[in-house]
Amino acid sequence: MTVYLLKRLAIALITLVLASMVVFAVLEIIPGDPARLMLGMNASADQVELLRNQMGLNAPLPARYLHWAGGLLSLDFGRSYTYSVPVIDLVRERIVVSLPLALIALALSTIIAIPVGLFSAGRHGRAGDTIAMGAAQLGVAVPNFWFALMLIYLFAVWLRLVPAGGFPGWSAGIWPALKSLILPAIALALPQAAILARVTRSALIEVLNEDYIRTARAKGLPYRAVLWRHALRNAMIPVLTILGLQFAFLLAGTIIIENVFYLPGLGRLVFQAITQRDLIVVESVVMLLVAAVIAVNLLVDLSYAVVDPRLRSRQ
Amino acid sequence: MKLWKTILTAAALVLATGASALAARDLVIGITLEPPHLDPTAGAAAAIDEVLYANVFEGLTRIGPNGEVLPDLAESWTVSDDGKVYTFKLHAGVKFHDGTDFNADDVKFSLDRARADNSVNAQKGLFAAIDTVEVVDPATVRITLKNPQSSFLYNMGWGDAVIVAPETAGTNKEKPVGTGPFRFQSWAKGASITLIKSDAYWGAPVSLDKAEFRIVTDAAAAVPALLSGDVQAFPFFPDPDSVAQIKDDPRFKVVIGATEGETILSINNKKPPFDKLEVRQAISFALDRKAIIDGASAGLGVPIGSHMSPANKAYVDLTGLYPHNVEKARELLKEAGLENGFKATLKLPPPPYARLGGEIIASQLRDVGIDLQIVPVEWAQWLDQVFTKKDYDLTIVSHTEPNDIDIYSRKDYYFNYDNPTFDKIIADLNLTSDEAKRMTLLGEAQKILADDAVVGFLYELPKVGVWDAKLEGFWENAPIQANDLTKVKWTE
Repeated sequence: MTVYLLKRLAIALITLVLASMVVFAVLEIIPGDPARLMLGMNASADQVELLRNQMGLNAPLPARYLHWAGGLLSLDFGRSYTYSVPVIDLVRERIVVSLPLALIALALSTIIAIPVGLFSAGRHGRAGDTIAMGAAQLGVAVPNFWFALMLIYLFAVWLRLVPAGGFPGWSAGIWPALKSLILPAIALALPQAAILARVTRSALIEVLNEDYIRTARAKGLPYRAVLWRHALRNAMIPVLTILGLQFAFLLAGTIIIENVFYLPGLGRLVFQAITQRDLIVVESVVMLLVAAVIAVNLLVDLSYAVVDPRLRSRQ
Repeated sequence: MKLWKTILTAAALVLATGASALAARDLVIGITLEPPHLDPTAGAAAAIDEVLYANVFEGLTRIGPNGEVLPDLAESWTVSDDGKVYTFKLHAGVKFHDGTDFNADDVKFSLDRARADNSVNAQKGLFAAIDTVEVVDPATVRITLKNPQSSFLYNMGWGDAVIVAPETAGTNKEKPVGTGPFRFQSWAKGASITLIKSDAYWGAPVSLDKAEFRIVTDAAAAVPALLSGDVQAFPFFPDPDSVAQIKDDPRFKVVIGATEGETILSINNKKPPFDKLEVRQAISFALDRKAIIDGASAGLGVPIGSHMSPANKAYVDLTGLYPHNVEKARELLKEAGLENGFKATLKLPPPPYARLGGEIIASQLRDVGIDLQIVPVEWAQWLDQVFTKKDYDLTIVSHTEPNDIDIYSRKDYYFNYDNPTFDKIIADLNLTSDEAKRMTLLGEAQKILADDAVVGFLYELPKVGVWDAKLEGFWENAPIQANDLTKVKWTE
């Protein structure tokens, strides 16, 4: 177990270092000058140069990489070029939207997907299964921004139950803040639930064909108990893997939904920073996300060990 | 379905009682781009002025709803006979939002700061003519110019020329402190910027108590935001295709006005074959402005024949110079020795007017034998490749700065256009203050640009304003990019 853990940690660290190099190099290659973007079309070349110096953009590339990476080690993420505030402050403002949104969406997705997967697997090949999987297929196929707009027209414009978008901030109270996250969470959760339900179903079907399931049934355990106690637990590994990937996606890959609901989330911060060539923000936020993804994967790896005792004892 | 709606409506009522109804003197305004920071003297982004101009910050002069120069912090001024010395009399009793007094020292500080060697004011050119700024007494400022400049009072009305206090100039990006009728309250990044009425305001008090600028980045989200009542006004409405739908709704007012945005097909004038006049004229004949306006601006733009807004007094209608004529275009290409056509690239920045217009223009030019390869670029790439490095053949962009016909006389500007006769007219224009003479010169300037077919002149970008029918006082036109809220009020 310890070796397993140490190996995982070492891989995570190497990934982080490599990722920091790739992220930095890629962003330095793309054309565009943050100083020119800030000053616009009427500023002279001299002025742009002046601002570049002020922003520290004229230092050589390796020096800037070391400065930035060194800062990351001491948890200093640098200052945004355009906003002129520490990047960590920007992230803190956004994470209070993105993290709850991702968690709610993930919870919704799991609550919908696992029962549907169980239901479908239990009725493998019958009408119920076909209908459930057809619905899941639809959930994957429908573009989520369209689905989001339909939700907005129904619940915000027609029924006026929730706001059409925006985020009032947690200072406005838990309920108003939650209310503005409900529709985006549903819009995010549905396609994820559809994928998760399909994975749960196929994993369960595979497990249900195993010999020990027949044995369990043969020794007289009721079908429901077999499904819950033996099958679901053994089918959990692919489901957990998908859940881990989905969480990483929900944290940062939600730019389209954030735009439709004009939520101030992490995805939009990165997108905005890219268009403004606020490179330090992009680089630092991407690194934070890389770290988050690696951490989640590590957790998923550890959770395998929880569901599968064999991994715990393996040296 | 009916039962469902009843149940859901009942639920809605229960929920709605928890939410506070908007007070009648509050207003939520939708904007599509978030300002990068809140200091109008330190950035070119129009979004900065759209929130702060005239609301939080004020200048010596200001630009009115129709582009006219109005007194602002300066209540009056005199100009010496040689046109070089401006003496401004300042309003008394003006305070900054932090409670400090405004006086002539602040004017000197602001103008000297903007034109200093290390200034990164995005419109530093506005201050280039200033020689000295002197404080005569706390309520009088004397500005001496190096040479007479007819546009000086207009220049002082730009957002980039607003007056700031020395104590707060360094922190205006995050916490703007001005002298205007609204003061800054909060900025939830990515979500909204809130201004509240300043009770200590020196001028006519505003009607609104609170104005929240909500950032709605997605054009498709603008309509539901209005329909749900979350946002009550989009002075710059981002989705022209939905205008028809909203026009039919009595709850809203739709106002189509003019901007200063000349939307043009820019041509690299030094790059063969575009260095040939016939080729550029052929392009102008090949363009069907009506089809472009219909396709790229939902039919709302006004065609232009040169670089001047039809709303401007100096406007000369030159749209008849190159009517859509495919035959004529082919003939001109033949004269240029290109009867078999040629290939070129068309770089398109992100705004819909460029991306949609580009497709249409590419097909129109294909009809005369010019085969365009469309290259979509981001703004950062556009500024870098097209604007700075001039690495392009054709591009589409809207030049939104007011009265900017002089860009064609700038050395090294991305059009690569060089015409001494035109430069002379612009130089004369800068020294002429007689209105009639100015109009003649501006007319000549427009004529030269059209004759030379420097670029393909397409249309004036429309300003589509949509707001609650109970609101009044918004600007109909956009002589500068601003959302002046000083006259905005709820009528009931």
